[in-house]
Amino acid sequence: MSDCIIEAKSVTRKLGSGAREVQALRGIDLSLSRGELTLLMGPSGSGKTTLLLVLGCMLTPTSGTVTVCGTSTTNLDKEALAKLRRDHIGFVFQSYHLFPTLTAAQNVQLALDIRGDHGGAAVKRSREALAMVGLGSKIRSLPNALSGGEQQRVAIARAIVANPSVVLADEPTAALDGENGRTIMRTLADIAHQRERAVLVVTHDPRVIPFADRIIHIEDGLLVDQPAGEVERLRLPKAAG
Amino acid sequence: MSLTFTLASRNLFHDRLRFVATLVGIMFSVVLVMVQMGLFLGFGHMVTMMIDHASGDVWVVPKGAKSFEDPSLLDLKLRNRVAGVAGVANVIPVVIGFSDWRLDSGEVTPVFIVGLDLHDGGLHPWNVVEGDVQALGQGPNVAVDRSYFERLGVDGVGGTAEIRGRRVKVVAITDGIRSFTTTPYIFVDVKNARTYTGTPPDRASDLLVRLDPGTDRDKAIEAIKAQVGDAEVLSASQFRKRSRDFWLFGTGAGAALFAGALLGVIVGTVIVAQTLYSSTKDHLSEFATLRAMGSSNGYIYNVIIYQALLNAVIGFAFAAAIGAVVVQMTAKSALPIVITPWLVAGLLALTILMCVISAIGAIFRVVRIDPATVFMA
Repeated sequence: MSDCIIEAKSVTRKLGSGAREVQALRGIDLSLSRGELTLLMGPSGSGKTTLLLVLGCMLTPTSGTVTVCGTSTTNLDKEALAKLRRDHIGFVFQSYHLFPTLTAAQNVQLALDIRGDHGGAAVKRSREALAMVGLGSKIRSLPNALSGGEQQRVAIARAIVANPSVVLADEPTAALDGENGRTIMRTLADIAHQRERAVLVVTHDPRVIPFADRIIHIEDGLLVDQPAGEVERLRLPKAAG
Repeated sequence: MSLTFTLASRNLFHDRLRFVATLVGIMFSVVLVMVQMGLFLGFGHMVTMMIDHASGDVWVVPKGAKSFEDPSLLDLKLRNRVAGVAGVANVIPVVIGFSDWRLDSGEVTPVFIVGLDLHDGGLHPWNVVEGDVQALGQGPNVAVDRSYFERLGVDGVGGTAEIRGRRVKVVAITDGIRSFTTTPYIFVDVKNARTYTGTPPDRASDLLVRLDPGTDRDKAIEAIKAQVGDAEVLSASQFRKRSRDFWLFGTGAGAALFAGALLGVIVGTVIVAQTLYSSTKDHLSEFATLRAMGSSNGYIYNVIIYQALLNAVIGFAFAAAIGAVVVQMTAKSALPIVITPWLVAGLLALTILMCVISAIGAIFRVVRIDPATVFMA
């Protein structure tokens, strides 16, 4: 099995049209591999979110190719892109995006339900996923009865319950305090390392750097070189923690 | 079980005010359609009531007669000609017509005379609750429905009045024989009917024909047609349809009822569509999340369709309960609302269809969802 799960080659992406057209990505080459937690960092407007959307099969490149688990996204229609997401990608959103009328377990189960996985086995898997993120006792809680950190852990359980090959997380710690942020990052790192998934975290938050296996910087739609040894240096506090 | 139903029901019940408003809209719509269609059925039933209760197979009616109440007359000589047709067991003249009923108080009210032949039968009053129909042949006697007591100034058997200046006495009382024209039916012996309606002895309003058992009705009708010249020969079902068509569609009454029903459907569809659309708009971020997670459009459509079906079933259940009360309340009225099992089933299907069609707007809205919006904090 190849370690490379998502591969982007020479990806460009334009946004808007006419006078408002913006070249959001200018030729990105990137691959995400199993067992690796990658941070994507950059200033506002640098193209982080656009790159996440392209890698997450929500936008198609203007030019270049993106391959997810061996399938190119080129020329795929919306339904086919949705299927690719459904089959291979789990998402964690900055604002959690839990369903307020469903319990924590049902929110997680939803990720299986959209894959046609219903019934008792789906319920069991949902509970196991919640237990894995430390919320085994909160399966019947509604989102508004959970703290921000707990809601984000429910979102992570939802992202991983269907065993996707890759987890894409958008600013997962932005709305959380230091302790909750570390818990979330520890969980994501465990998913990368123990479950052998590729995890990409888009972030502004320097507190998460210690959890990274790799850090990618993006500016003006281009990946910028990472000084050699910086990742190892940044990971030191994690080892200490 | 899929979570689509759970999600749909939670979406609906989450905003109780909107849910109640939707149900009220559906109830209003369904009850309106139910009442209009119930009136249509009730009216259709009432206009053919006399034909339904006549024990004959074939009617010979004046050419162009539009309904049982048509005042045209036939030549009574036709009776003998029809009686000679093979397979005809009996030919019974029916004499009907409008007349004046003068109460003992001096007040005059119009009535509709129905003359019956006590010997040959054919058209007898039914649901007799008091008195004796046979007494109609024993003098200037009449049978009336008790729902018209006040109108006719009588209060039971023994009551008296005048028809066309001739004293009459009530000898039998019926229950539920109400006229859709609001003019009371008065049953009398056929001889007296001629007097009260001014029908000459050699004329009759219709001829009611009974066939021998086993006779081919269609062949008999053709044979009778050959004997009656300009008069028309109709089976009971044909005469029923003609009466119904005349009163319901010839007069515009049916069209008005259908227009009311159509209005109900439109109002219901618009209300449900509006509330489903606004509910969908409120949950757009959730639908976008589902889409971002990789759900198919079909999964999201199912959620919306389930919402529509829940609206339909719950709204219909309340409407049906109201309809049952309305039926009870109008049972003894001049025009009872008739709700049959088929009407109930049809209305349920219509309600479901209405709600599902209403979901189309919401579905079009969902189709345009951009899953990338969930990444906008």
